[in-house]
Amino acid sequence: MLEAAGLDCERSGRTLFRDLSFGVAPGALVRIAGPNGSGKTSLLRILCGLLAPTQGEVRWRGTPIRRLAEEYSRELVYLGHASALKDDLTPYENLDIGCRLAGLQAPREALAEALSGFAVPDLPVRKLSQGQRRRAALARLLLSERVPLWLLDEPFAALDAAAASHTEQVIGRHLKAGGSVVYTTHQPAALDSSARVIELAVN
Amino acid sequence: MLAVVRTLVRRDLLLAMRRRSDAATALLFFVIVASLFPLGVGAEPNQLRAIGPGVIWVAALLSTMLSLGRLFAADYADGTLEQLALGAAPLGVIVAAKALAHWLVSGLPLVVIAPLIALQYDLERPLYGVLVLSLFLGTPVLSLIGAIGAALTLGLRGGGVLLSLLVLPLYVPVLILGAGSVAMAAAGLAPSGQLLLLGALLVVSAAFAPWAVAVAVRIGVE
Repeated sequence: MLEAAGLDCERSGRTLFRDLSFGVAPGALVRIAGPNGSGKTSLLRILCGLLAPTQGEVRWRGTPIRRLAEEYSRELVYLGHASALKDDLTPYENLDIGCRLAGLQAPREALAEALSGFAVPDLPVRKLSQGQRRRAALARLLLSERVPLWLLDEPFAALDAAAASHTEQVIGRHLKAGGSVVYTTHQPAALDSSARVIELAVN
Repeated sequence: MLAVVRTLVRRDLLLAMRRRSDAATALLFFVIVASLFPLGVGAEPNQLRAIGPGVIWVAALLSTMLSLGRLFAADYADGTLEQLALGAAPLGVIVAAKALAHWLVSGLPLVVIAPLIALQYDLERPLYGVLVLSLFLGTPVLSLIGAIGAALTLGLRGGGVLLSLLVLPLYVPVLILGAGSVAMAAAGLAPSGQLLLLGALLVVSAAFAPWAVAVAVRIGVE
């Protein structure tokens, strides 16, 4: 479904990886592993189209993502390091606006349910802790079940055990429904055993 | 696509409401700068009438500059800009919506308050309409061109100063036409030539600026 062909990535004169090729089938779980600075985030950003690879291309259902543009964006969810939440809005408002901008239809009850699923309090995001922010960002996943490709950068960072296992369940359900997930992590998670690993090294 | 524009404009207005001081600062800056001139230059009515339109327009440019830094910076810092770049609508449409919201928050209030400022310069009655119309046509151009500068300076250190250096020269035609239209009317001539040119500038920048901004944002997000 998703196919990376001969990816090279060079950031500020340093080669992060060279000639990286792999495919992600429907229902597949792929973990990008490697030490800090090995290019995990860069690879995820290349896969979602935010970053152009120095060489090679990413294809979605056989078509280069450069050519698909928004058509491809609508098929994926990317959760990056930054939570993409507005400090002055509540998690509910953030989630509502985030879904609308991504072109997802999310009724009121579904939004409230997603937030309570991750136990996010109804306070302005400014007042939330790091872990609560992360959970508010992850709540988006519960509304994106029909979006086939999830690209998650450190989804378990700052989460407590309960929230981490809830996230794993959500990911597990998505895989069972035929979705694909590509993620990076430093924390060992129960998911890791079923994931295909792409190992990046520091050059 | 229209739904995305509506959502984004509403979001930016909501954020401006929650953070009223930001918008108020730019507006107060406009009022104060425009009010300093009569105090500094003296209360000679003819002199004030002559410099009035120019001063109001320069104050409007500077006040717009003040709020431009925030146009993309906050979205860039908290990761929202990445999500916008991965949104359901083309990035050009999204940045056009952001420029529209910027104008509603920082341009439209200037248009509304300008007649009050013009009182201090003892402008003649018929000129008020021309001044308001010229600002109404010109301030959206300032937001659109400013958005290009704001996107190009994303994530740069000292971006604020660089932004002024990039954008202010591009504002010159708007300033000349805007202030010129009021001066023309003051001289008893029809200001329609300048106003039509301002309208043309608005159409051209509305058509082309969003695509330039989109390219700059893509580079900034990388």
